[in-house]
Amino acid sequence: MFSFVSRRLAVALPTLLVVIAGSFFLMRAAPGGPFDADAQLEPEVIENLRAAYDLDKPVTEQFMLYMARLLRGDFGPSITYADYTVTELLAIGLPVSVKLGLTAIVVALLFGCLMGIISALNRNRWIDYVTMSIAMTGFAVPAFVVAPVLTLVFGLYLKLLPISGWNDGALQNMVLPVIALALPQIAILSRLTRGSMLEVMRQNYIRTARAKGLPEYKVVAGHALKAVSLPLVSYLGPAIAGIMTGSVIIEQIFGLPGMGRYFIQGALNRDYPLVMGTVIVYATAIILLNLLADVIYGYLDPRVRRE
Amino acid sequence: MGFLTQRRDRQLAAMQAAGRTVGRSLWQDATRRFLSNKVAVGSVIVLLLISVMAVFAPLLSPHTMEDFYWEYILVPPTLENGHWFGTDSNGRDMFVRTFYGARVSLTIGVMTTAVALVIGVTWGSVAGFFGGKIDNFMMRIVDVLYALPLLFFIIILVTVFGRNIYLVFIGIGAVEWLTMSRIVRGQTLSVKQKEYVEAARAIGLSNLVIVRRHVVPNIVGPVIVFVTLLIPTTILVESYLSFLGLGVQEPMTSWGTLISQGAANIDTGPWLLLIPGTFLAITLFCFNFIGDGLRDALDPEGR
Repeated sequence: MFSFVSRRLAVALPTLLVVIAGSFFLMRAAPGGPFDADAQLEPEVIENLRAAYDLDKPVTEQFMLYMARLLRGDFGPSITYADYTVTELLAIGLPVSVKLGLTAIVVALLFGCLMGIISALNRNRWIDYVTMSIAMTGFAVPAFVVAPVLTLVFGLYLKLLPISGWNDGALQNMVLPVIALALPQIAILSRLTRGSMLEVMRQNYIRTARAKGLPEYKVVAGHALKAVSLPLVSYLGPAIAGIMTGSVIIEQIFGLPGMGRYFIQGALNRDYPLVMGTVIVYATAIILLNLLADVIYGYLDPRVRRE
Repeated sequence: MGFLTQRRDRQLAAMQAAGRTVGRSLWQDATRRFLSNKVAVGSVIVLLLISVMAVFAPLLSPHTMEDFYWEYILVPPTLENGHWFGTDSNGRDMFVRTFYGARVSLTIGVMTTAVALVIGVTWGSVAGFFGGKIDNFMMRIVDVLYALPLLFFIIILVTVFGRNIYLVFIGIGAVEWLTMSRIVRGQTLSVKQKEYVEAARAIGLSNLVIVRRHVVPNIVGPVIVFVTLLIPTTILVESYLSFLGLGVQEPMTSWGTLISQGAANIDTGPWLLLIPGTFLAITLFCFNFIGDGLRDALDPEGR
């Protein structure tokens, strides 16, 4: 197990380096800079500002400076939020996004698996058709359509839930964003679970379990579930990436002070350090969570460990 | 010598003719299976209708896309004045705008998928055909790219290089080719090891002929299926970008742009969101049904 994890880590680190270098040089390659909008500034002032952010140096030197700072855990100062360092902004945004994303993934796993198992066990009965229609709808109606409709129905018509704001992660503020964020993943997870469940229930060991007289719930919980969970674990990586990209748009719609908002704001304002900071955090999270999914997979299926 | 080559040519021609009839009947078989799938055929018809409307709807309406009707601001759908889908907060006709949006969204879907198709098929077939170290190296790159948050790259790309519609094409296409390359590589590798390819080698057919006669027809099926499933994905990515204000810009419009404007006016004009949102959802539904239908038709064993 140890060598399996360390082999995966050996791929993860270069990947992260590729992300950092890629986004760094991509942004620097573009024409224009963060101070273009400030047309009223004197040229000398702009020169000084550029010097203060090391932007007057050659790009490779900037990159070396940035990497040196990064290794000390310093993301540098933000350009648009002039009084903040990027680390401080991330400290504000990250907890919001983590709480939102984690809740959404837990909700998605719970509902997705449940719906999938129920509809597989009731194949071709009405409950199967109902859950699979819900899944198909969640698949085809994107989150940025669902979210405004939810605010319209539950916020403006029924007046049950607030339509925007974070309010320190209060439950009523979380409900709508979590539903909108989880729905597409519930759709995919329930279809995956259903397919996997149908496959597993045809296996010989399930027939054996039934033949020795186990009640159906024990067959499902004790024998089928572990095998069913394999494709779900391998989908965890894409699911997490989906939740993260979805979170950018959901934070925008519900006005939540998360990472996504800083990322979009940073990108629009050419705030190089802020964009780099958010991208690095997103990439690290995706890579680490993928690693975790791999490890869980290796734990569940020993064949994977020695490839 | 001349006699020999002539004879071989004739044999080849006969073989190819025989092979072609077999190939054709396979396709006929797939066509028959697809046509018997009512949901898939219905989806094709609905998509054709939306495409036809995307081309001709602006001719049917008395209004144009950019006309401002200050006396008809935020009018709900009505038969009066020909504002069948209502008007937006600038008094512009939503019927015409929705189908203009369809034009842009569908075009982007097809064009970006074409970009992804070209990159993915080239990359995957080269890796699969040469195998060994080249394959290993090329697929390692795909693995690394897979682990990256690529949508964030597109966002950086469009914000940094300006919101150019062609950049959106290339950006999305350049990101979405990864799965395509894996499918093509896997298929190429497995076809390469088949006995009929060995047999073709043994009778002295050139690489080019083998690729054309055996490799390509075997790849085409999965690629077609994946393309029909990739088009809705790229349409969705485009709407995602446009919703954030990073994709298609005024005065042009796409479904994502319209949905974004609808979301901003959700309390005063819900139809501004619901109409383009419904068209987007129907389109995504249809592509998915067609993709499923094609998969069943082309690969009956896979069911």
